[in-house]
Amino acid sequence: MTTSTPSLPNSLRSGPDDRGRYGIFGGRFVAETLMPLILELEEAYRAAQADPSFREELDYYYRDYVGRPSPLWHARRLSEELGGAKIYLKREELNHTGSHKLNNVMGQILLARRMGKKRIVAETGAGQHGVATATVCALFGLKCTIYMGATDVERQKPNVFRMHLLGAEVKPVTAGAGTLKDAMNEAMRDWVANVADTYFLVGTVAGPHPYPEMVRDFQSIIGIETKEQIIRAEGRLPDVIVAAIGGGSNAMGIFHPFLDDTSVRLVGVEAAGHGLDSGKTAASISRGRPGVLHGNRTYLLQDINGQIEEAHSISAGLDYPGIGPEHSWLNDIGRAEYVGVTDQEALDAFQLCTRTEGIIPALECAHGLAHVAKIAPTMSPDQIIVLNLSGRGDKDIFTVASHLGVKL
Amino acid sequence: MSRIQARFAALKAEGRGALIPYLQACDPDFDTSLELLRAMPGAGADLIEIGVPFSDPAADGITIQNAAIRGLKAGATMARVLDMVRTFRKDDNDTPIVLMGYLNPIDSYGPAKFCFDAAAAGVDGIIVVDMPTEEADLLDNHAREAGLDIISLVAPNTSRSRLFHVLKAASGFVYYVSITGITGTNSASAEDLSKALPRIREATDLPVAIGFGISTPEQARTASRIGDAAVVASALIKTLAATLHDGKATQQTVPSVLSQLRELATAVRS
Repeated sequence: MTTSTPSLPNSLRSGPDDRGRYGIFGGRFVAETLMPLILELEEAYRAAQADPSFREELDYYYRDYVGRPSPLWHARRLSEELGGAKIYLKREELNHTGSHKLNNVMGQILLARRMGKKRIVAETGAGQHGVATATVCALFGLKCTIYMGATDVERQKPNVFRMHLLGAEVKPVTAGAGTLKDAMNEAMRDWVANVADTYFLVGTVAGPHPYPEMVRDFQSIIGIETKEQIIRAEGRLPDVIVAAIGGGSNAMGIFHPFLDDTSVRLVGVEAAGHGLDSGKTAASISRGRPGVLHGNRTYLLQDINGQIEEAHSISAGLDYPGIGPEHSWLNDIGRAEYVGVTDQEALDAFQLCTRTEGIIPALECAHGLAHVAKIAPTMSPDQIIVLNLSGRGDKDIFTVASHLGVKL
Repeated sequence: MSRIQARFAALKAEGRGALIPYLQACDPDFDTSLELLRAMPGAGADLIEIGVPFSDPAADGITIQNAAIRGLKAGATMARVLDMVRTFRKDDNDTPIVLMGYLNPIDSYGPAKFCFDAAAAGVDGIIVVDMPTEEADLLDNHAREAGLDIISLVAPNTSRSRLFHVLKAASGFVYYVSITGITGTNSASAEDLSKALPRIREATDLPVAIGFGISTPEQARTASRIGDAAVVASALIKTLAATLHDGKATQQTVPSVLSQLRELATAVRS
């Protein structure tokens, strides 16, 4: 529905299959109590896809409320400073609420309304998805409960306050390390206890089918626009597209429309935390193995007994021990590559982008920028990199200040 | 005839339903949970459910979440859980044992190896919370070959057509999750249960165990009469947790849980 061109029979864009799988990944690993809900959701989503008025309504909100299309910015000074490839930034941080999250939330809230749901629950890590969800609940007058790990509540105070202002109830989750994984568990517990009236608004391309597909479809607007914009600006497709990955929604959104354009290298950047081999990392593909969590089979950070390990990243939005199942598949078939960037490298890139482009990036996409900083100098000036600048970094200035030894 | 079939047949002849207590493996340590497991049949357990600790028990309330954390801290692994069952089987060859847990530890152990090793250790059935019928082909064939029942779960919001779909290939018994919610929170009323059971029995001839939210002897008695068995989990774990000192077992731990189990058994048998 959000893809502007139809998928070809042999297209890499035709997934998932009817079991919600991408190769061996994905699926519907949920308790029986949730099965009727996800089957109902899939049915409602298919009906919406087939209804042109749903698309029209979504386009209206994308244009007049979210502020789409977002620009594709030629980052001249950043390109010069790095010396090499021409760098473009897809400005998703200019969306209302400051990140790509609203693309998905807007689509799902319209679906929830079609389904007659009165109450919304969501999980959040950095708080960007929580803020986006609270925003549309305010817009449509729906009750909203956001689960957020207690550790994240502490390190993302501005977003917690935003959610309160927007009328949402924020429930801190103290289980585990108090991060995104624990918030996801608690949101699922809430959903199963309130099946009659509650819609679970998942924020990334993970969870049981149809969430990974649906969130990808809503986020694909990023890649669809990017394709049109880069062709207009350069008359050709980019050589490399880079995006940071926690669950992987901004990356999936920009990758998906390019999956069949095999000349375009797709690079997902996972948070390596203190380093890929430090034991304090969030790099699920680089350091995990396939398993089942939160409704889907995917790469997970886990011990030899199948117990899920705590992820670590300076960025609350990347601090998750799993990744969307379609990314796991793209990794295994070799269509996309996944690399790691450390906390320190992200902090350096955060400052580089701010200083050269006057854009304060979120720490999440600073991971993507750090990888761009590594590869751009190895490329020639006639080559093109597009980075998905998925969010703005105002929320992160306290974290960055403390790492730079500055007291605010 | 499997142990599960034999036990339900014997209880039917006795004219009463079963009591199924639950314990979390290695909660608060291996020896204590093994001692509890071995004493449970003597205190009135007809079948026993052993929870396999998992780091992310998304269908469980806080009581069982904490039990899982204690179990993992005490070194619970799938191999240790199977050790427990193997030791139990040395003195008890009749009481059915059902493992309840989440898919990832099984997946990580290896689905085929798990089914074979579990059956060899003396496990009779498995309940995998996050493996609905749609994903059960991961274990189905291995379980059948090993002689292990995969216990199907149904819930209050399982539609009539879905009941038939889910229970088509069910074996052992059916587990009715009597509330839409997590363990150890709300309870279904006798009236709710009386309405729900005929719908389930229409789709299966297997015995139906009722679980989630059963904590008092009265509730256990009611559920075991309307259904064929009552599962009591969080209520027993709460009692266990209350006896711990700094997370460690005390002299009261095993006796307190057994005494509560006896009260439940008396009610179920009255």
